[in-house]
Amino acid sequence: MDKVIDLQLYQIIASYIFIAILLFIVKIRGISREKEILISAVRMTLQLILTGYILVYLFNNTHPLYTIIILMIMEIFSIYNIFKRTKMKLSLSLKKIIAVSMLFGTLSSLVYFLLVVVHISPWYDPRYFIPIAGMLIGNSMTGISLGVTKLIDEMHSQKHLIESALMLGATPKMASKEIVDRSFDSAVLPTINSMLGIGIVFLPGMMTGQILSGISPLTAIKYQIAIMLGILGSVSLTVILFVQLGYKTFFNNDDQLIIDE
Amino acid sequence: MFFLKEVKYKDILSIKKLHIPKNKITCIVGKSGSGKTTLLKLLNKMIPYDHGEIFYNHKLLNDVNSVELRRKVIMLPQVPAIFPGSIRENLLIGLKFSQKPFVGDSQLLNILETIHLNKDLEEDCKNLSGGEKQRVSLGRVLLLNPEVLLLDEPSSALDEDTEHIMIQSLVGYTKKHHKTMIMVTHSKRIVTHFADEIITIANTITKREV
Repeated sequence: MDKVIDLQLYQIIASYIFIAILLFIVKIRGISREKEILISAVRMTLQLILTGYILVYLFNNTHPLYTIIILMIMEIFSIYNIFKRTKMKLSLSLKKIIAVSMLFGTLSSLVYFLLVVVHISPWYDPRYFIPIAGMLIGNSMTGISLGVTKLIDEMHSQKHLIESALMLGATPKMASKEIVDRSFDSAVLPTINSMLGIGIVFLPGMMTGQILSGISPLTAIKYQIAIMLGILGSVSLTVILFVQLGYKTFFNNDDQLIIDE
Repeated sequence: MFFLKEVKYKDILSIKKLHIPKNKITCIVGKSGSGKTTLLKLLNKMIPYDHGEIFYNHKLLNDVNSVELRRKVIMLPQVPAIFPGSIRENLLIGLKFSQKPFVGDSQLLNILETIHLNKDLEEDCKNLSGGEKQRVSLGRVLLLNPEVLLLDEPSSALDEDTEHIMIQSLVGYTKKHHKTMIMVTHSKRIVTHFADEIITIANTITKREV
């Protein structure tokens, strides 16, 4: 295998020129998105530079506490991100359930994946721990966001049917079953769809990265298969927990639907 | 059957004392927005009341399980709830929700007769007119064989003739099976023809026997 081409500063600058050309096109076409493009490019650069240095530091100074701190930052940030991404107002109880589902779903998947599947040693080895945790948490975050949106949306739009089901003697669980199922679907389908396109339509990021760094594609696909299953498991577990607990927040102890008009 | 004492719901409803008798047809009348639907929803514990006491068969509603109560005291909302599927599925879904055994087609056809709906059981409900949907949801309620029927303007989407026939067969059903019917209505004709008791909701709640 050839040695990896380490990008030089001028090469990075060249990729910025590419964006500058894009900005120019956007400008003359009158699409008012220059600001967003510029901000996202700059933010991405700064975040990655910071991450690069932090990871180098962590790899040279491995310590279980550091790994756990990073993991917690990722969890907190992802939960906060779900709250921010949801356009509707979230009740406090629903926020708690989102947080619990995220923590329990991703952490249990992570433990299984790192210790049983990859079995890394020591368990806190940041070189494996952090990127894999990032993939599981990131995908679960996206999934649960979709599930939250769908659940709240349908609870409001289908209010009449839920109420009518209750009037016919349904338990809250029966009355919201269809909605709970659809929320789960909408959360998990993107992951399932991406599994279908993988390898044919696109090469996933982790595999691309490993191949670029000189690892045999055969090793890379083994990791990719394992991580895809891990992601599917983590997303599903997180979302199942969320929908199973989440629908209950729309009902009180007297099995009455509590949605503000 | 129902007894309400000092019941308050937000600033919509305030009832000092109200008794709704068993095995009778009780009509609730009053201006729109006066709280008629709210009263029905209080009776089957769909909404919490802020103050007071409601008894059903001498039992305080707070002590009764809501789902159990709603399986006996069934409410038909003003806007019919139609679930995706055929007429058969829509009729049976009530039994599914209240966890009662399903019935055969012959009984479903009987129900269609009671509600005066001349349609095939296979027909998709989304193609039905407003009045037909209203009758399907009424048929669904009758299949559940409830002790009390709470009807919120059950004939609002029907023309006068169909309305009369419908309510007549409902009243017949109620009397024959010794049920209790509590019905919100705007129709003077229904009230004069069928009501045993009339509750008028205004600033003060009044009740008179007919």
